[in-house]
Amino acid sequence: MSPIIRLSSIVKTYTRGRQTVEVLHALSLEIGQGEFVSIMGPSGSGKTTLLNLIAGLDTPTSGQVAVGGERLDNLSSVRRSAWRARHIGFVFQFYNLLPVLSAARNVELPLLLTRLTAAQRRERVAAALQLVGLADRAEHRPRELSGGQQQRVSIARALVADPSIFVCDEPTGDLDRESAEGILQLLQMLNRDRGKTIIMVTHDPLAANHATRQIYLDKGLLVVSAARAA
Amino acid sequence: MKYLFLVWAGLWRKRARSILTMLSIVVAFLLFGLLQGINQGMKNVFQSLNVDRLYVQSRISMSDGLPISYLEQIKSVPGVRNVTHWSYFGGFYQNVRNSLPVFAIDAATQFAVYPKIKISPEEIAAMRRTRAGAIMAAGIAAKYGWKIGDKIPLQTSIWTKKDGSDAYPVDVVGIMDISAYNAGSFPAFYINYDYFDEARAFGNGSVLYYIVSIDDPRRGPEIAAAIDARFANSSNETTTQTEQVFAQSQIKQIGDINLIANSIVGAALFALLFVTGNTMMQSVRERIPEFAVLKTLGYSDGKVLTLIMLEAVALCVVAGATGLLLARAAFAFMHSLFGALSPSARVMEMGMGIAMLLALVSGLPPAWRSTRISIIDALAGR
Repeated sequence: MSPIIRLSSIVKTYTRGRQTVEVLHALSLEIGQGEFVSIMGPSGSGKTTLLNLIAGLDTPTSGQVAVGGERLDNLSSVRRSAWRARHIGFVFQFYNLLPVLSAARNVELPLLLTRLTAAQRRERVAAALQLVGLADRAEHRPRELSGGQQQRVSIARALVADPSIFVCDEPTGDLDRESAEGILQLLQMLNRDRGKTIIMVTHDPLAANHATRQIYLDKGLLVVSAARAA
Repeated sequence: MKYLFLVWAGLWRKRARSILTMLSIVVAFLLFGLLQGINQGMKNVFQSLNVDRLYVQSRISMSDGLPISYLEQIKSVPGVRNVTHWSYFGGFYQNVRNSLPVFAIDAATQFAVYPKIKISPEEIAAMRRTRAGAIMAAGIAAKYGWKIGDKIPLQTSIWTKKDGSDAYPVDVVGIMDISAYNAGSFPAFYINYDYFDEARAFGNGSVLYYIVSIDDPRRGPEIAAAIDARFANSSNETTTQTEQVFAQSQIKQIGDINLIANSIVGAALFALLFVTGNTMMQSVRERIPEFAVLKTLGYSDGKVLTLIMLEAVALCVVAGATGLLLARAAFAFMHSLFGALSPSARVMEMGMGIAMLLALVSGLPPAWRSTRISIIDALAGR
């Protein structure tokens, strides 16, 4: 499987006040196209930092981040924004939907950055909501939906622009077991049936089991990278 | 256009706050429209006033009046074509609240000095031969349902009669159209000076001021000086001005309208800047995580900045335009009171320009702040 994500000798430091903290220490990692990778590890181990670097939300202090052949560490902020819009779908722990917009309008947000016509956007939004099983909730505001439904809307928003990579930061962290299972199956379906590469940070071993490969981080170092037994 | 729903949703996120801010902008621009409308209207009136008419009044104070004996002397000044005079009556009908703009005039000369008053020669002749005759503007006649032949028990709050009463019954002999002159301030109800002067208990033989028409407008200052020279060192010295200057000096007695209007509007808009700026700042501060999400999805800093600026523009321009349109509607509603005054197209354009400026100044600081948002920190709730 050809690597779609390649991180080489990544170092990431943060400065908080007078303190400088090195979060990732010369980390190298490759993720193949179509993989479903879970990233686990204790709090402060650098999981979210790693995810942010892969998603182009942040740049490394040193080292190289190449995603789909593009060197993200060399791109300007504006070009990284445009790159994210084309290549990355985001799923957050707390859904991060805009409360004043309906489910359909929330899903439409990434499409506003494309050249699609209003009719094409409506069609894509309807298809995305259909895929996550919420076609009948299109006009509902987030507060009118359950946590599981809000996360489905969030997934519909992530997939509507058809990105190749899904970046999920604890997507089941705020859900009950049943809802979480539904979300994980949805991610599995996107990975298996649509060939999407999925990188998911989680604390939940049961959630991690849905991935095809599990990565463990500890204190900014890659401890274990293991493929799940078929 | 495709971002319109996003801008609209952001604007109405806190409905009560947005409505209150909009109302304050509407009121400020209503005030702007009203004051600038009056200001602009005054300028238009002054510009339309005639320069071939001079006003002669007492040098001490207009309310002091001038002797009627000056009439012939003014007529004899070279360059004077015609002379008429007005005396304020202070009239009302039945109740002081029904006040009427009554002036005692000389029917023989009034319509020669003001040739654009539309009235038939027969009605002027009737006024001259009917001692208690009265002519009024069509608007007043329509308001009270008066017509030629009616007898009106006109009363005055100033000029008590020699018999102790304040009633001056008059007969309507004519109805005129004074729309060629500024309907808001031009005398609109005439009675005969002789009828008024003989009956009143005091002030007899005096007029409030003379109006002089001249042959050559270019000689106005020279003729005015000649008239004033004629009465210099008398017990009733005069001040003679063109109609334009006279009207402006009357307005000056109220105050410098332009300065007052600009000061009030300036203060209101300055205060508004803080109200709108505060609203925009709060609105952006509350939505930092949402802007971080938009940036995560690929919205550039510039795009987020534009969305916030569009919100500020929508807020200020919609509310500003509403205020200006309300001002225009208010003038239309009060047409009988203010005559032709109304915010001109230039005032409306200036108002919209100020609304845009308000949007830019109040929207730019929070919009700029949005570009400084760190996605990582905002998503982490820091």
